[in-house]
Amino acid sequence: MIEASPLPRAERSLGLRVALGVLSLLLVGGIVVALASFGYGRQAARTAFDRLLLGSANDIAETITIEAGEPMADLPVSAFQLLGLAAQDRIGYALRDAEGRLLTGHATVQPAPPARSQPGRPAFFDGTLQGEAARFVTLTRRFAERDYSGAVTVTVGQTLLARNDMALGLTRNALIVTALGGIALMVLALVVIRRALRPLDRIAAELLARDPYDLTPMEAPVPAEVGVMLGAMNRFMRRLDRQVGSMRNLISDTAHQLRTPVAALRVQAELAADEPDAEKRGQMLERLARRSRSLGDLLDQMLSRALVIHRTDSVPRQPVDLRDIALAVFETQDHELLAPGTAVELEIGPDPVEVLADEMSLIEAAKNMFNNALRHGAAPVRIGVEAQDGRAALWVEDAGQGPPPELLERIGARFERSAASRGQSAGLGLSILRAVAEAFEGEVRFGHSAAGFRVSLILPQMTEASR
Amino acid sequence: MIRAILLALALLTLPAAAQEARARFGADGATAIRLRSTTDIAILGPTLEAFVARNPGLAVDYEQWGSNDLYALALQDCEASRSGADALLSSAVHQMVELVNFGCASPYRSAETLALPDARRWRDEIWGITHEAAVIVYNRALLPPEDVPQTRFDLLDLMRRDDPRHRGRIATYDIEASGLGYLFAYADSLEASTFGALLEGFARAEAVATCCSAEIIQGVAEGRYLLAYNVLGSYVEANRRESVGVVRPRDYTLFLSRAYMIPKGGAPEAALLLDFLLSPEGQQRLTESRLTGPGRDPDTSGLPESAERPIPISPELLVARDAQKRGRFIARWRDTFGRAALP
Repeated sequence: MIEASPLPRAERSLGLRVALGVLSLLLVGGIVVALASFGYGRQAARTAFDRLLLGSANDIAETITIEAGEPMADLPVSAFQLLGLAAQDRIGYALRDAEGRLLTGHATVQPAPPARSQPGRPAFFDGTLQGEAARFVTLTRRFAERDYSGAVTVTVGQTLLARNDMALGLTRNALIVTALGGIALMVLALVVIRRALRPLDRIAAELLARDPYDLTPMEAPVPAEVGVMLGAMNRFMRRLDRQVGSMRNLISDTAHQLRTPVAALRVQAELAADEPDAEKRGQMLERLARRSRSLGDLLDQMLSRALVIHRTDSVPRQPVDLRDIALAVFETQDHELLAPGTAVELEIGPDPVEVLADEMSLIEAAKNMFNNALRHGAAPVRIGVEAQDGRAALWVEDAGQGPPPELLERIGARFERSAASRGQSAGLGLSILRAVAEAFEGEVRFGHSAAGFRVSLILPQMTEASR
Repeated sequence: MIRAILLALALLTLPAAAQEARARFGADGATAIRLRSTTDIAILGPTLEAFVARNPGLAVDYEQWGSNDLYALALQDCEASRSGADALLSSAVHQMVELVNFGCASPYRSAETLALPDARRWRDEIWGITHEAAVIVYNRALLPPEDVPQTRFDLLDLMRRDDPRHRGRIATYDIEASGLGYLFAYADSLEASTFGALLEGFARAEAVATCCSAEIIQGVAEGRYLLAYNVLGSYVEANRRESVGVVRPRDYTLFLSRAYMIPKGGAPEAALLLDFLLSPEGQQRLTESRLTGPGRDPDTSGLPESAERPIPISPELLVARDAQKRGRFIARWRDTFGRAALP
């Protein structure tokens, strides 16, 4: 199937997009996690190894005794075993007396700067051991013996290899977990997308399998998100269906309705051609001309009906003031042509009567109502607008009795043979009226009033909310 | 093809640094690795000859030093940022560990070094390349078999007997003169409570503290000493004599692994020598020289494994180097041997 090829490509690009999105999320997340876990890891490593330092300094401090006026430490192996837990780190230590004189240990190791030390508490500080960054702790032990009085400081330090290793290890673990989570997330996202898009495949298959003239709505069960698309597609198909239908109707109506008048024209034209009497021929020619004029009217109406049906489906609705419509119809002065001398009246109020509709369709409908009244009704013919209970009405009234009730029954049907055969177009005009009413959720109403017969196009009045 | 030049030099001018002997292995024009070691040239010689045979472009300038002097010299070089030796090989492991701790060593990694157990390397800057037992040697002719001590307790009993024949004829290292002797004594002091009793025994038997493995073994062989305690077994086995018997104490036997280190600024070829020493071929040579591998002393075959106490190359040895600890330890030692009338 040739048509199938664009679909997988689109699906792939969506998957790719999601993958990229997840990937960038992971990248940003990974950086954040790396920074956070490195910070946390460093803090944890610092806390853990500072305890080792302190433990070993305590071990050493405990062994200090005063022998012959001199503080002496019996350096415990346990202190160095503690430090040895950071297996690869170099060690520095120094015991100094109150004057800062080195008692034992490494001369390069200095106690904590006074600013950092608080009495009675171990002071941690950063320094260097032979040029390598290191962490130190200084403990102070006070003696008040007969032959020695004062403090002895114990300073123990260690380079940072194990700390950095631990921090990096924690960071690495966090990143591994993040990466695994990310991969799982990505796989999950792709699976979900694939599953979510499966209804589209089904719809596509169903569309491809359809008869090209089948414009009925699709009923495939789909998730809500895809349902939006399916709904839009169904609406589109319905519109298409209507358009195709009206087009078909137009063609068949036109063919049907034109056949009789055209045949009559031909017969009359042939008769006229054969008529030897010039006076009679003149009368026949005049009838021929009247017939062709009325055929032209019929064609106009058929076209305007097709136009109305087309427009009601395809043109967006706009607020229209019905008074403008009545005024426009009144001012076209058609009555001067159709029924010269007939009295016509316009009845509109000062307030706008607005509906949501297509102005052109409304004008066509109103024109048909008005012209029907002029043709078939009795003078005076009045056109007016009124609003009541949220419904707007455009009406045409004449002083006549209106059509017979049985005709009224059938009136408005699309095809009105009698009208067409007579070369008149009242039925067609009413069918336009009815089509417009249906298109804008309104109705056509016929009735007798005190003044005569009234035809109304009633539409929902536009409210503030629907504006 | 390979010439080994042995030049024994008398101790003449240098006041602190006493070079005992020097030798050159390899061709004259070859790039020389300057190796300072405490090991007797005769013992390490065959291994070094194998090394230069395998690497014709290289030579080894070998200098033999006492352990304390070797340490002092290396420390001076390090503090002055001077390039002295290209490689150091010392039995006084604690001194080497301290040099590494002072940042005097340069790191090196290879498949051979990484194959070493943790107890035989530290920071990838110091490596233990041998495996040598600290043993009791005795004169077979003078000490009846039933009196040969198999453990330190036997030795204690022997010394407590207060036999006039024993007086002044039991020898051990002078821990002040020998870094290795100090290390063994220190390790003994950590290992068991017998150490105090041993010191007391030495005092009672008026034991002799003297220097250097070769001299002590010579003394035992000649009958000047009945027995000697804490002697490096490798030296005894390298100069096997009929009159000298060897015992690995069954309560526990210390094992030493000589430490190799490359000082900062040492030539990169020193790493080649290290890799050779750790390679199967190098280890084979060292085994032939009795510096590693199982010993072959008939008196104590089958030493239980739990009695093997290797001295680990680790920062814990820094305790042995602590000034006050050392001062205290030596004072105690001197107290013992002072009473025993030092020779």
